[in-house]
Amino acid sequence: MTLIATESLTKRYGGRVTALADLTVAVEPGIIGLVGANGAGKSTLIKILLGLLAPSSGRVSVLGLDPTTDPAAVRARVGYMPEHDALPPDLSAAELVTHLARMSGLPRTAARERASEALRHVGLHEERHRAVGGYSTGMKQRVKLAQALVHDPDLLLLDEPTNGLDPAGRDDMLALVHRIGTEFGISVLVCSHLLGEVERICDTLVAIDGGRLLRAGPIAAMTSATDVLAVEVSEGMEELASRLAALDLPVTRDGRTLLVALADEATYDLILGAVAELDLPLHRLDQRRHRVAELFAPREPAHV
Amino acid sequence: MSEPTGVIHDIGYQRYTGLRLGRRHVFGALWLHGLRTIFGLGRSAKAKIFPWLVIGIVTLVAAGLTAVRSQTGQVVMTYAQFADAMSWLVIFFAAVAAPELVSRDLRSGVLPLYFSRPLPRGDYALAKLLALVAGLWLLLGGPQLVMFLGAAFTTGDGLGGVRDELFDLLPGLLYAGLWAVVFASVGLLVASLTGKRAFAAGGVVAVFLMTTPIVGVLSILPSRTINELAMLASPSTVVQGVGLFTLGVQLAPPGAADQMIGDFGPVYALGAVLLAAACVALLLLRYRKVAAR
Repeated sequence: MTLIATESLTKRYGGRVTALADLTVAVEPGIIGLVGANGAGKSTLIKILLGLLAPSSGRVSVLGLDPTTDPAAVRARVGYMPEHDALPPDLSAAELVTHLARMSGLPRTAARERASEALRHVGLHEERHRAVGGYSTGMKQRVKLAQALVHDPDLLLLDEPTNGLDPAGRDDMLALVHRIGTEFGISVLVCSHLLGEVERICDTLVAIDGGRLLRAGPIAAMTSATDVLAVEVSEGMEELASRLAALDLPVTRDGRTLLVALADEATYDLILGAVAELDLPLHRLDQRRHRVAELFAPREPAHV
Repeated sequence: MSEPTGVIHDIGYQRYTGLRLGRRHVFGALWLHGLRTIFGLGRSAKAKIFPWLVIGIVTLVAAGLTAVRSQTGQVVMTYAQFADAMSWLVIFFAAVAAPELVSRDLRSGVLPLYFSRPLPRGDYALAKLLALVAGLWLLLGGPQLVMFLGAAFTTGDGLGGVRDELFDLLPGLLYAGLWAVVFASVGLLVASLTGKRAFAAGGVVAVFLMTTPIVGVLSILPSRTINELAMLASPSTVVQGVGLFTLGVQLAPPGAADQMIGDFGPVYALGAVLLAAACVALLLLRYRKVAAR
Protein backbone atom coordinates (compact mmCIF):
# COMPACT_ATOMS: atom_id res chain seq x y z
CA MET A 1 0.00 0.00 0.00
CA THR A 2 1.22 3.49 -0.78
CA LEU A 3 1.37 5.61 2.35
CA ILE A 4 1.44 9.06 0.80
CA ALA A 5 1.17 9.91 -2.87
CA THR A 6 1.08 13.28 -4.55
CA GLU A 7 0.63 14.04 -8.21
CA SER A 8 1.68 17.39 -9.67
CA LEU A 9 0.81 18.94 -6.31
CA THR A 10 1.01 22.72 -6.46
CA LYS A 11 0.20 25.32 -3.82
CA ARG A 12 0.31 29.03 -4.43
CA TYR A 13 -0.52 31.62 -1.80
CA GLY A 14 -2.39 34.59 -3.10
CA GLY A 15 -1.46 33.66 -6.67
CA ARG A 16 2.12 34.84 -6.18
CA VAL A 17 4.09 32.91 -3.60
CA THR A 18 4.60 29.34 -4.76
CA ALA A 19 5.04 27.02 -1.78
CA LEU A 20 4.83 23.75 -3.70
CA ALA A 21 5.48 23.36 -7.40
CA ASP A 22 4.44 20.31 -9.36
CA LEU A 23 5.40 17.89 -6.61
CA THR A 24 4.98 14.23 -7.56
CA VAL A 25 6.12 11.68 -5.05
CA ALA A 26 4.95 8.33 -3.66
CA VAL A 27 6.26 6.71 -0.49
CA GLU A 28 5.73 3.35 1.15
CA PRO A 29 5.01 2.85 4.88
CA GLY A 30 7.99 3.22 7.18
CA ILE A 31 9.93 6.14 8.55
CA ILE A 32 10.08 8.87 5.97
CA GLY A 33 12.37 11.84 6.27
CA LEU A 34 11.08 15.02 4.64
CA VAL A 35 14.07 17.28 4.29
CA GLY A 36 14.39 20.79 3.01
CA ALA A 37 15.60 24.21 4.04
CA ASN A 38 13.30 26.53 5.96
CA GLY A 39 10.61 27.70 3.56
CA ALA A 40 11.06 24.73 1.23
CA GLY A 41 7.38 23.84 1.57
CA LYS A 42 7.49 21.16 4.26
CA SER A 43 4.85 22.68 6.52
CA THR A 44 2.63 23.49 3.55
CA LEU A 45 2.83 19.87 2.42
CA ILE A 46 1.90 18.65 5.91
CA LYS A 47 -1.10 20.99 6.05
CA ILE A 48 -2.27 19.71 2.68
CA LEU A 49 -1.84 16.12 3.87
CA LEU A 50 -4.04 16.97 6.89
CA GLY A 51 -6.65 18.62 4.69
CA LEU A 52 -6.14 21.98 6.42
CA LEU A 53 -5.05 23.65 3.20
CA ALA A 54 -6.48 23.01 -0.25
CA PRO A 55 -3.90 22.54 -2.99
CA SER A 56 -4.04 24.98 -5.91
CA SER A 57 -3.82 22.04 -8.29
CA GLY A 58 -2.75 18.43 -8.38
CA ARG A 59 -3.82 15.38 -6.44
CA VAL A 60 -2.89 13.97 -3.06
CA SER A 61 -3.70 10.79 -1.15
CA VAL A 62 -2.85 9.76 2.39
CA LEU A 63 -3.38 6.15 3.51
CA GLY A 64 -5.39 5.71 0.33
CA LEU A 65 -7.75 8.57 1.30
CA ASP A 66 -8.10 11.99 -0.26
CA PRO A 67 -7.63 14.74 2.34
CA THR A 68 -9.20 17.35 0.06
CA THR A 69 -12.55 15.55 -0.07
CA ASP A 70 -12.54 13.53 3.14
CA PRO A 71 -10.32 15.33 5.64
CA ALA A 72 -12.08 13.86 8.69
CA ALA A 73 -11.30 10.29 7.61
CA VAL A 74 -7.65 11.16 7.05
CA ARG A 75 -7.29 13.03 10.33
CA ALA A 76 -8.88 10.18 12.26
CA ARG A 77 -5.93 8.00 11.26
CA VAL A 78 -3.17 10.57 11.41
CA GLY A 79 -1.38 12.14 14.38
CA TYR A 80 0.17 15.58 13.99
CA MET A 81 2.91 17.20 16.02
CA PRO A 82 3.21 20.88 15.11
CA GLU A 83 6.48 22.73 15.00
CA HIS A 84 5.58 25.61 17.27
CA ASP A 85 4.62 25.82 20.90
CA ALA A 86 1.12 24.38 21.20
CA LEU A 87 0.50 23.65 24.85
CA PRO A 88 -1.68 25.64 27.28
CA PRO A 89 0.62 26.32 30.24
CA ASP A 90 -1.92 25.89 33.02
CA LEU A 91 -3.10 22.37 32.14
CA SER A 92 -1.24 19.24 33.17
CA ALA A 93 0.07 16.98 30.42
CA ALA A 94 -2.32 14.24 31.51
CA GLU A 95 -5.36 16.55 31.34
CA LEU A 96 -4.40 17.98 27.97
CA VAL A 97 -3.63 14.66 26.30
CA THR A 98 -6.80 13.11 27.75
CA HIS A 99 -8.88 15.99 26.41
CA LEU A 100 -7.28 15.73 22.97
CA ALA A 101 -7.85 11.97 22.97
CA ARG A 102 -11.53 12.67 23.51
CA MET A 103 -11.40 15.16 20.64
CA SER A 104 -10.23 12.22 18.52
CA GLY A 105 -13.36 10.32 19.50
CA LEU A 106 -12.10 8.11 22.31
CA PRO A 107 -14.60 7.47 25.12
CA ARG A 108 -13.79 9.05 28.49
CA THR A 109 -12.18 6.05 30.20
CA ALA A 110 -10.26 4.93 27.13
CA ALA A 111 -9.04 8.50 26.62
CA ARG A 112 -7.63 8.63 30.15
CA GLU A 113 -5.94 5.24 29.83
CA ARG A 114 -4.48 5.92 26.40
CA ALA A 115 -3.26 9.34 27.57
CA SER A 116 -1.19 7.93 30.41
CA GLU A 117 0.02 5.13 28.12
CA ALA A 118 1.11 7.61 25.46
CA LEU A 119 2.82 9.83 28.04
CA ARG A 120 4.60 6.81 29.48
CA HIS A 121 5.79 5.77 26.01
CA VAL A 122 7.35 9.18 25.43
CA GLY A 123 9.02 9.00 28.84
CA LEU A 124 6.83 11.21 31.04
CA HIS A 125 5.82 9.52 34.26
CA GLU A 126 4.92 11.28 37.51
CA GLU A 127 5.57 14.71 36.09
CA ARG A 128 2.57 14.29 33.80
CA HIS A 129 0.30 15.62 36.57
CA ARG A 130 2.19 18.90 36.82
CA ALA A 131 1.24 21.99 34.83
CA VAL A 132 2.88 22.06 31.40
CA GLY A 133 4.02 25.65 31.95
CA GLY A 134 6.83 24.41 34.19
CA TYR A 135 8.14 21.84 31.70
CA SER A 136 11.48 21.97 29.90
CA THR A 137 11.50 22.24 26.11
CA GLY A 138 12.31 18.55 25.86
CA MET A 139 9.35 17.60 28.01
CA LYS A 140 7.04 19.87 26.01
CA GLN A 141 8.16 18.21 22.80
CA ARG A 142 7.36 14.85 24.36
CA VAL A 143 3.87 16.00 25.33
CA LYS A 144 3.32 17.17 21.76
CA LEU A 145 4.43 13.77 20.54
CA ALA A 146 2.20 11.99 23.07
CA GLN A 147 -0.91 13.86 21.94
CA ALA A 148 -0.17 12.87 18.34
CA LEU A 149 0.13 9.24 19.43
CA VAL A 150 -2.78 9.05 21.86
CA HIS A 151 -5.49 7.99 19.40
CA ASP A 152 -3.28 5.26 17.90
CA PRO A 153 -2.85 6.71 14.40
CA ASP A 154 -1.51 4.79 11.40
CA LEU A 155 0.65 7.71 10.40
CA LEU A 156 2.45 10.37 12.42
CA LEU A 157 3.32 13.73 10.88
CA LEU A 158 6.11 15.29 12.92
CA ASP A 159 7.07 18.86 12.05
CA GLU A 160 10.62 19.52 13.26
CA PRO A 161 10.38 17.31 16.37
CA THR A 162 13.94 18.14 17.47
CA ASN A 163 13.42 21.90 17.35
CA GLY A 164 14.91 23.70 20.31
CA LEU A 165 16.44 20.58 21.87
CA ASP A 166 20.01 20.20 23.04
CA PRO A 167 22.17 17.48 21.41
CA ALA A 168 21.26 14.85 24.01
CA GLY A 169 17.58 15.77 23.73
CA ARG A 170 17.82 15.46 19.95
CA ASP A 171 19.28 11.98 20.23
CA ASP A 172 16.52 10.94 22.65
CA MET A 173 13.80 12.35 20.43
CA LEU A 174 15.24 10.66 17.32
CA ALA A 175 15.54 7.35 19.17
CA LEU A 176 11.92 7.71 20.26
CA VAL A 177 10.75 8.43 16.73
CA HIS A 178 12.74 5.45 15.47
CA ARG A 179 11.13 3.25 18.14
CA ILE A 180 7.66 4.41 17.13
CA GLY A 181 8.41 3.65 13.49
CA THR A 182 9.85 0.21 14.14
CA GLU A 183 8.49 -1.29 17.37
CA PHE A 184 5.09 0.45 17.42
CA GLY A 185 4.45 -0.27 13.76
CA ILE A 186 3.29 3.29 13.03
CA SER A 187 4.52 5.03 9.90
CA VAL A 188 6.21 8.34 10.56
CA LEU A 189 6.88 11.34 8.37
CA VAL A 190 9.62 13.40 10.02
CA CYS A 191 10.16 16.92 8.78
CA SER A 192 13.50 18.51 9.33
CA HIS A 193 15.87 21.03 7.90
CA LEU A 194 18.73 18.97 9.30
CA LEU A 195 19.55 16.16 6.90
CA GLY A 196 22.10 14.62 9.21
CA GLU A 197 19.40 13.97 11.78
CA VAL A 198 16.72 12.32 9.73
CA GLU A 199 19.08 10.23 7.64
CA ARG A 200 20.02 8.42 10.86
CA ILE A 201 16.54 7.12 11.52
CA CYS A 202 14.52 7.09 8.33
CA ASP A 203 14.34 4.44 5.65
CA THR A 204 12.92 6.69 2.95
CA LEU A 205 14.09 10.16 2.19
CA VAL A 206 12.16 12.90 0.40
CA ALA A 207 14.13 16.05 -0.24
CA ILE A 208 12.38 19.20 -1.39
CA ASP A 209 13.75 22.60 -2.20
CA GLY A 210 11.78 25.69 -3.13
CA GLY A 211 8.63 23.57 -3.31
CA ARG A 212 10.14 21.19 -5.87
CA LEU A 213 11.12 17.58 -5.44
CA LEU A 214 14.86 17.15 -5.26
CA ARG A 215 15.19 13.44 -4.57
CA ALA A 216 12.96 10.72 -3.21
CA GLY A 217 13.75 7.11 -2.55
CA PRO A 218 14.90 4.49 -0.07
CA ILE A 219 17.81 5.87 1.89
CA ALA A 220 19.79 2.64 1.43
CA ALA A 221 19.77 3.10 -2.34
CA MET A 222 20.90 6.70 -2.00
CA THR A 223 23.94 5.89 0.08
CA SER A 224 25.14 2.39 -0.84
CA ALA A 225 25.12 3.07 -4.57
CA THR A 226 27.68 5.77 -4.09
CA ASP A 227 30.12 3.91 -1.85
CA VAL A 228 33.74 4.53 -2.85
CA LEU A 229 37.15 3.48 -1.64
CA ALA A 230 39.62 6.19 -0.83
CA VAL A 231 43.24 5.25 -1.58
CA GLU A 232 46.18 7.33 -0.51
CA VAL A 233 49.79 6.55 -1.28
CA SER A 234 52.77 8.58 -0.13
CA GLU A 235 54.26 8.61 -3.65
CA GLY A 236 53.56 7.24 -7.09
CA MET A 237 49.97 8.35 -7.29
CA GLU A 238 50.15 8.73 -11.09
CA GLU A 239 51.48 5.20 -11.59
CA LEU A 240 48.81 3.74 -9.35
CA ALA A 241 46.06 5.70 -11.14
CA SER A 242 47.09 4.40 -14.54
CA ARG A 243 47.54 0.86 -13.22
CA LEU A 244 44.04 0.88 -11.69
CA ALA A 245 42.60 2.33 -14.88
CA ALA A 246 44.25 -0.53 -16.76
CA LEU A 247 42.43 -2.93 -14.44
CA ASP A 248 39.11 -1.40 -15.62
CA LEU A 249 38.50 0.30 -12.26
CA PRO A 250 36.93 3.78 -12.57
CA VAL A 251 39.31 6.15 -10.81
CA THR A 252 38.81 9.79 -9.95
CA ARG A 253 41.18 12.13 -8.17
CA ASP A 254 40.32 14.11 -5.12
CA GLY A 255 43.40 16.08 -4.14
CA ARG A 256 45.97 13.63 -2.86
CA THR A 257 43.41 10.85 -2.76
CA LEU A 258 42.27 8.43 -5.44
CA LEU A 259 38.61 7.50 -5.33
CA VAL A 260 37.62 4.12 -6.69
CA ALA A 261 34.01 3.00 -6.98
CA LEU A 262 33.45 -0.01 -4.76
CA ALA A 263 31.85 -2.74 -6.87
CA ASP A 264 32.35 -5.68 -4.49
CA GLU A 265 34.90 -7.19 -2.10
CA ALA A 266 37.21 -8.03 -5.03
CA THR A 267 37.87 -4.33 -5.56
CA TYR A 268 39.90 -4.30 -2.33
CA ASP A 269 42.07 -7.16 -3.60
CA LEU A 270 42.62 -5.53 -6.96
CA ILE A 271 43.78 -2.29 -5.37
CA LEU A 272 45.99 -4.00 -2.81
CA GLY A 273 47.47 -6.15 -5.59
CA ALA A 274 48.23 -3.08 -7.70
CA VAL A 275 49.86 -1.27 -4.78
CA ALA A 276 51.98 -4.32 -3.92
CA GLU A 277 53.09 -4.83 -7.53
CA LEU A 278 54.20 -1.20 -7.83
CA ASP A 279 55.76 -1.46 -4.37
CA LEU A 280 54.23 1.82 -3.25
CA PRO A 281 53.94 2.93 0.38
CA LEU A 282 50.20 2.67 1.08
CA HIS A 283 49.09 5.42 3.38
CA ARG A 284 45.38 4.82 3.61
CA LEU A 285 42.69 2.58 2.18
CA ASP A 286 39.20 2.95 3.52
CA GLN A 287 35.61 2.98 2.51
CA ARG A 288 34.07 6.40 2.18
CA ARG A 289 30.36 6.46 2.54
CA HIS A 290 28.81 9.19 0.48
CA ARG A 291 26.72 11.33 2.75
CA VAL A 292 23.24 12.03 1.54
CA ALA A 293 24.19 15.66 1.96
CA GLU A 294 26.18 15.40 -1.25
CA LEU A 295 22.92 14.97 -3.10
CA PHE A 296 22.19 18.58 -2.32
CA ALA A 297 25.59 19.99 -3.11
CA PRO A 298 25.20 20.60 -6.87
CA ARG A 299 22.15 22.76 -6.33
CA GLU A 300 23.75 25.32 -4.11
CA PRO A 301 24.87 27.79 -6.81
CA ALA A 302 21.25 28.07 -7.90
CA HIS A 303 20.43 29.95 -4.71
CA VAL A 304 22.63 32.93 -5.45
CA MET B 1 14.95 -1.17 46.18
CA SER B 2 16.07 0.31 42.93
CA GLU B 3 14.29 -1.94 40.52
CA PRO B 4 13.80 -0.56 37.04
CA THR B 5 10.05 -0.21 37.51
CA GLY B 6 9.68 1.34 34.09
CA VAL B 7 10.81 -1.91 32.56
CA ILE B 8 8.66 -4.15 34.74
CA HIS B 9 5.49 -2.39 33.66
CA ASP B 10 6.60 -1.91 30.09
CA ILE B 11 4.25 -4.11 28.16
CA GLY B 12 5.14 -2.42 24.91
CA TYR B 13 2.95 -0.36 22.65
CA GLN B 14 -0.61 -1.55 22.31
CA ARG B 15 -2.79 -0.66 19.37
CA TYR B 16 -6.18 0.81 20.22
CA THR B 17 -8.99 -1.39 18.98
CA GLY B 18 -11.79 0.11 21.07
CA LEU B 19 -14.65 2.39 20.16
CA ARG B 20 -14.11 5.61 18.25
CA LEU B 21 -17.04 7.96 18.73
CA GLY B 22 -18.45 10.10 15.98
CA ARG B 23 -18.72 13.81 15.40
CA ARG B 24 -21.72 14.35 17.69
CA HIS B 25 -19.98 12.84 20.69
CA VAL B 26 -16.81 14.82 20.09
CA PHE B 27 -18.91 17.97 19.77
CA GLY B 28 -20.66 17.11 23.02
CA ALA B 29 -17.37 16.48 24.80
CA LEU B 30 -15.99 19.82 23.63
CA TRP B 31 -19.21 21.58 24.64
CA LEU B 32 -19.13 20.07 28.12
CA HIS B 33 -15.45 20.92 28.45
CA GLY B 34 -16.30 24.51 27.55
CA LEU B 35 -19.16 24.66 30.04
CA ARG B 36 -16.91 23.36 32.80
CA THR B 37 -14.26 25.91 31.83
CA ILE B 38 -16.78 28.75 32.20
CA PHE B 39 -17.52 27.80 35.79
CA GLY B 40 -13.88 27.03 36.57
CA LEU B 41 -14.52 23.33 37.08
CA GLY B 42 -11.45 21.17 36.62
CA ARG B 43 -9.32 24.29 36.86
CA SER B 44 -7.39 26.11 39.53
CA ALA B 45 -9.08 27.63 42.59
CA LYS B 46 -8.24 31.08 41.22
CA ALA B 47 -10.25 30.40 38.09
CA LYS B 48 -13.30 29.54 40.21
CA ILE B 49 -13.42 32.79 42.21
CA PHE B 50 -15.07 35.12 39.72
CA PRO B 51 -17.71 32.79 38.22
CA TRP B 52 -18.84 31.59 41.61
CA LEU B 53 -18.88 35.11 43.03
CA VAL B 54 -21.29 36.12 40.27
CA ILE B 55 -23.36 32.99 40.79
CA GLY B 56 -23.46 33.79 44.51
CA ILE B 57 -24.71 37.32 43.87
CA VAL B 58 -27.48 36.38 41.44
CA THR B 59 -28.63 33.50 43.65
CA LEU B 60 -28.64 35.75 46.70
CA VAL B 61 -30.71 38.34 44.88
CA ALA B 62 -33.14 35.64 43.77
CA ALA B 63 -33.35 34.24 47.30
CA GLY B 64 -33.92 37.73 48.70
CA LEU B 65 -36.72 38.42 46.21
CA THR B 66 -38.31 35.09 47.07
CA ALA B 67 -38.11 35.82 50.78
CA VAL B 68 -39.67 39.26 50.41
CA ARG B 69 -42.43 37.83 48.25
CA SER B 70 -43.25 35.04 50.68
CA GLN B 71 -43.40 37.51 53.57
CA THR B 72 -45.29 40.36 51.95
CA GLY B 73 -47.03 38.57 49.09
CA GLN B 74 -45.77 41.33 46.75
CA VAL B 75 -44.02 40.37 43.50
CA VAL B 76 -41.01 42.69 43.63
CA MET B 77 -39.60 41.54 40.31
CA THR B 78 -41.00 39.27 37.61
CA TYR B 79 -38.77 36.60 36.14
CA ALA B 80 -38.13 38.74 33.07
CA GLN B 81 -37.40 41.84 35.18
CA PHE B 82 -34.92 39.79 37.14
CA ALA B 83 -33.10 38.89 33.91
CA ASP B 84 -33.02 42.57 32.93
CA ALA B 85 -31.77 43.64 36.32
CA MET B 86 -28.96 41.10 36.29
CA SER B 87 -27.88 41.86 32.72
CA TRP B 88 -24.93 44.02 33.76
CA LEU B 89 -23.60 41.11 35.79
CA VAL B 90 -24.08 38.86 32.78
CA ILE B 91 -21.98 41.28 30.73
CA PHE B 92 -19.07 40.97 33.13
CA PHE B 93 -19.54 37.24 33.39
CA ALA B 94 -19.44 36.92 29.59
CA ALA B 95 -16.43 39.23 29.45
CA VAL B 96 -14.50 36.83 31.66
CA ALA B 97 -15.87 33.55 30.29
CA ALA B 98 -15.54 34.24 26.55
CA PRO B 99 -11.78 34.92 26.65
CA GLU B 100 -11.34 31.80 28.82
CA LEU B 101 -13.06 29.80 26.10
CA VAL B 102 -11.35 31.11 22.97
CA SER B 103 -8.58 33.65 23.63
CA ARG B 104 -6.64 31.20 25.78
CA ASP B 105 -6.58 28.64 22.94
CA LEU B 106 -5.52 31.27 20.43
CA ARG B 107 -2.66 32.37 22.63
CA SER B 108 -1.28 28.96 23.56
CA GLY B 109 -1.30 27.79 19.94
CA VAL B 110 -3.27 24.68 20.83
CA LEU B 111 -5.66 25.11 17.90
CA PRO B 112 -3.54 23.10 15.41
CA LEU B 113 -3.95 20.18 17.80
CA TYR B 114 -7.73 20.49 17.49
CA PHE B 115 -7.84 21.11 13.77
CA SER B 116 -5.56 18.16 12.99
CA ARG B 117 -8.30 15.96 14.45
CA PRO B 118 -11.50 14.87 12.66
CA LEU B 119 -13.57 17.64 14.28
CA PRO B 120 -14.50 20.22 11.60
CA ARG B 121 -13.27 23.73 12.39
CA GLY B 122 -16.82 25.10 12.51
CA ASP B 123 -17.66 22.57 15.22
CA TYR B 124 -14.97 23.97 17.45
CA ALA B 125 -16.42 27.48 17.27
CA LEU B 126 -20.03 26.32 17.61
CA ALA B 127 -19.31 24.04 20.57
CA LYS B 128 -17.61 26.94 22.37
CA LEU B 129 -20.51 29.24 21.48
CA LEU B 130 -23.15 26.81 22.71
CA ALA B 131 -21.15 26.29 25.89
CA LEU B 132 -21.20 30.03 26.55
CA VAL B 133 -24.91 30.25 25.71
CA ALA B 134 -25.61 27.41 28.13
CA GLY B 135 -23.41 28.98 30.79
CA LEU B 136 -25.11 32.38 30.58
CA TRP B 137 -28.53 30.79 30.46
CA LEU B 138 -27.79 28.76 33.57
CA LEU B 139 -26.55 31.91 35.27
CA LEU B 140 -29.93 33.61 34.74
CA GLY B 141 -32.17 30.56 34.64
CA GLY B 142 -30.82 28.97 37.82
CA PRO B 143 -31.88 31.88 40.06
CA GLN B 144 -35.19 32.08 38.20
CA LEU B 145 -35.74 28.48 39.15
CA VAL B 146 -34.95 29.37 42.77
CA MET B 147 -37.56 32.09 42.60
CA PHE B 148 -40.05 29.67 41.06
CA LEU B 149 -39.49 27.01 43.72
CA GLY B 150 -39.85 29.61 46.44
CA ALA B 151 -43.08 30.89 44.94
CA ALA B 152 -44.44 27.42 44.21
CA PHE B 153 -43.97 26.20 47.75
CA THR B 154 -45.49 29.29 49.34
CA THR B 155 -48.40 29.72 46.96
CA GLY B 156 -51.77 29.77 48.67
CA ASP B 157 -53.68 28.60 45.61
CA GLY B 158 -52.57 24.94 45.57
CA LEU B 159 -51.74 23.23 42.29
CA GLY B 160 -53.43 25.91 40.23
CA GLY B 161 -51.12 28.48 41.77
CA VAL B 162 -48.11 26.38 40.89
CA ARG B 163 -49.34 26.13 37.30
CA ASP B 164 -49.84 29.89 37.02
CA GLU B 165 -46.37 30.41 38.42
CA LEU B 166 -44.94 27.95 35.88
CA PHE B 167 -46.56 29.92 33.05
CA ASP B 168 -44.85 33.00 34.45
CA LEU B 169 -41.52 31.20 34.67
CA LEU B 170 -41.39 29.79 31.14
CA PRO B 171 -41.41 33.15 29.30
CA GLY B 172 -38.84 34.34 31.84
CA LEU B 173 -36.58 31.40 31.00
CA LEU B 174 -37.02 32.05 27.27
CA TYR B 175 -36.15 35.70 27.81
CA ALA B 176 -33.06 34.63 29.75
CA GLY B 177 -32.23 32.38 26.79
CA LEU B 178 -32.41 35.38 24.47
CA TRP B 179 -30.02 37.31 26.71
CA ALA B 180 -27.70 34.30 26.67
CA VAL B 181 -27.73 33.88 22.88
CA VAL B 182 -27.09 37.55 22.12
CA PHE B 183 -24.46 38.08 24.80
CA ALA B 184 -22.67 34.84 23.96
CA SER B 185 -22.51 35.39 20.21
CA VAL B 186 -21.32 38.99 20.51
CA GLY B 187 -18.92 38.21 23.38
CA LEU B 188 -17.35 35.16 21.76
CA LEU B 189 -16.86 36.93 18.45
CA VAL B 190 -15.04 39.81 20.15
CA ALA B 191 -12.94 37.44 22.25
CA SER B 192 -11.99 35.31 19.24
CA LEU B 193 -10.23 38.29 17.68
CA THR B 194 -7.40 38.38 20.18
CA GLY B 195 -5.26 35.97 22.13
CA LYS B 196 -4.79 38.40 24.99
CA ARG B 197 -7.43 37.70 27.60
CA ALA B 198 -7.35 41.15 29.18
CA PHE B 199 -7.88 42.83 25.80
CA ALA B 200 -10.66 40.41 24.97
CA ALA B 201 -12.45 41.05 28.28
CA GLY B 202 -12.11 44.80 27.81
CA GLY B 203 -13.38 44.50 24.26
CA VAL B 204 -16.47 42.57 25.30
CA VAL B 205 -17.35 45.05 28.05
CA ALA B 206 -16.69 47.95 25.69
CA VAL B 207 -19.04 46.62 23.01
CA PHE B 208 -21.87 46.38 25.52
CA LEU B 209 -21.26 49.45 27.65
CA MET B 210 -19.90 51.92 25.10
CA THR B 211 -22.92 51.46 22.86
CA THR B 212 -25.37 52.34 25.64
CA PRO B 213 -24.67 56.11 25.50
CA ILE B 214 -25.52 56.00 21.80
CA VAL B 215 -28.93 54.69 22.77
CA GLY B 216 -29.24 57.55 25.25
CA VAL B 217 -28.40 60.16 22.64
CA LEU B 218 -30.71 58.71 20.01
CA SER B 219 -33.58 58.48 22.46
CA ILE B 220 -33.62 62.24 23.12
CA LEU B 221 -33.36 63.34 19.50
CA PRO B 222 -36.42 65.24 18.36
CA SER B 223 -37.85 62.47 16.25
CA ARG B 224 -40.29 59.95 17.62
CA THR B 225 -39.27 57.31 15.08
CA ILE B 226 -35.59 57.61 15.97
CA ASN B 227 -36.46 57.53 19.66
CA GLU B 228 -38.44 54.36 19.21
CA LEU B 229 -35.63 52.75 17.19
CA ALA B 230 -32.87 54.02 19.50
CA MET B 231 -32.59 50.78 21.43
CA LEU B 232 -31.33 49.02 18.31
CA ALA B 233 -27.99 50.72 18.80
CA SER B 234 -26.75 48.48 21.62
CA PRO B 235 -26.92 44.68 21.95
CA SER B 236 -28.36 44.85 25.47
CA THR B 237 -31.13 47.27 24.57
CA VAL B 238 -32.00 45.23 21.48
CA VAL B 239 -32.73 42.34 23.82
CA GLN B 240 -34.78 44.61 26.08
CA GLY B 241 -36.68 45.81 23.03
CA VAL B 242 -37.58 42.26 22.11
CA GLY B 243 -38.62 41.72 25.73
CA LEU B 244 -40.87 44.77 25.69
CA PHE B 245 -42.38 43.61 22.43
CA THR B 246 -43.06 40.02 23.47
CA LEU B 247 -43.55 40.17 27.21
CA GLY B 248 -44.99 43.65 27.63
CA VAL B 249 -46.33 44.13 31.14
CA GLN B 250 -44.17 41.38 32.59
CA LEU B 251 -41.20 43.63 31.93
CA ALA B 252 -42.42 47.20 32.20
CA PRO B 253 -45.40 49.15 33.56
CA PRO B 254 -48.43 49.26 31.24
CA GLY B 255 -47.89 51.75 28.43
CA ALA B 256 -44.14 51.90 28.85
CA ALA B 257 -43.50 49.41 26.07
CA ASP B 258 -45.52 51.48 23.65
CA GLN B 259 -43.67 54.57 24.79
CA MET B 260 -40.23 53.04 24.24
CA ILE B 261 -40.46 50.95 21.10
CA GLY B 262 -43.75 52.02 19.56
CA ASP B 263 -44.84 49.71 16.78
CA PHE B 264 -41.30 48.61 16.03
CA GLY B 265 -41.46 45.41 18.08
CA PRO B 266 -40.99 43.12 15.06
CA VAL B 267 -38.02 45.26 13.99
CA TYR B 268 -36.40 44.56 17.35
CA ALA B 269 -37.09 40.83 17.02
CA LEU B 270 -35.55 40.87 13.56
CA GLY B 271 -32.66 42.97 14.84
CA ALA B 272 -31.87 40.46 17.59
CA VAL B 273 -31.96 37.54 15.16
CA LEU B 274 -29.79 39.36 12.63
CA LEU B 275 -27.31 40.42 15.29
CA ALA B 276 -26.85 36.89 16.60
CA ALA B 277 -26.73 35.39 13.09
CA ALA B 278 -24.16 37.92 11.91
CA CYS B 279 -21.96 37.28 14.93
CA VAL B 280 -22.12 33.50 14.41
CA ALA B 281 -21.33 33.87 10.70
CA LEU B 282 -18.35 36.12 11.43
CA LEU B 283 -17.19 33.71 14.14
CA LEU B 284 -17.23 30.80 11.69
CA LEU B 285 -15.42 32.93 9.12
CA ARG B 286 -12.84 33.84 11.72
CA TYR B 287 -12.11 30.18 12.43
CA ARG B 288 -11.85 29.33 8.75
CA LYS B 289 -8.93 31.70 8.68
CA VAL B 290 -7.42 30.55 11.96
CA ALA B 291 -7.54 26.87 10.99
CA ALA B 292 -5.60 27.37 7.78
CA ARG B 293 -2.72 29.05 9.55
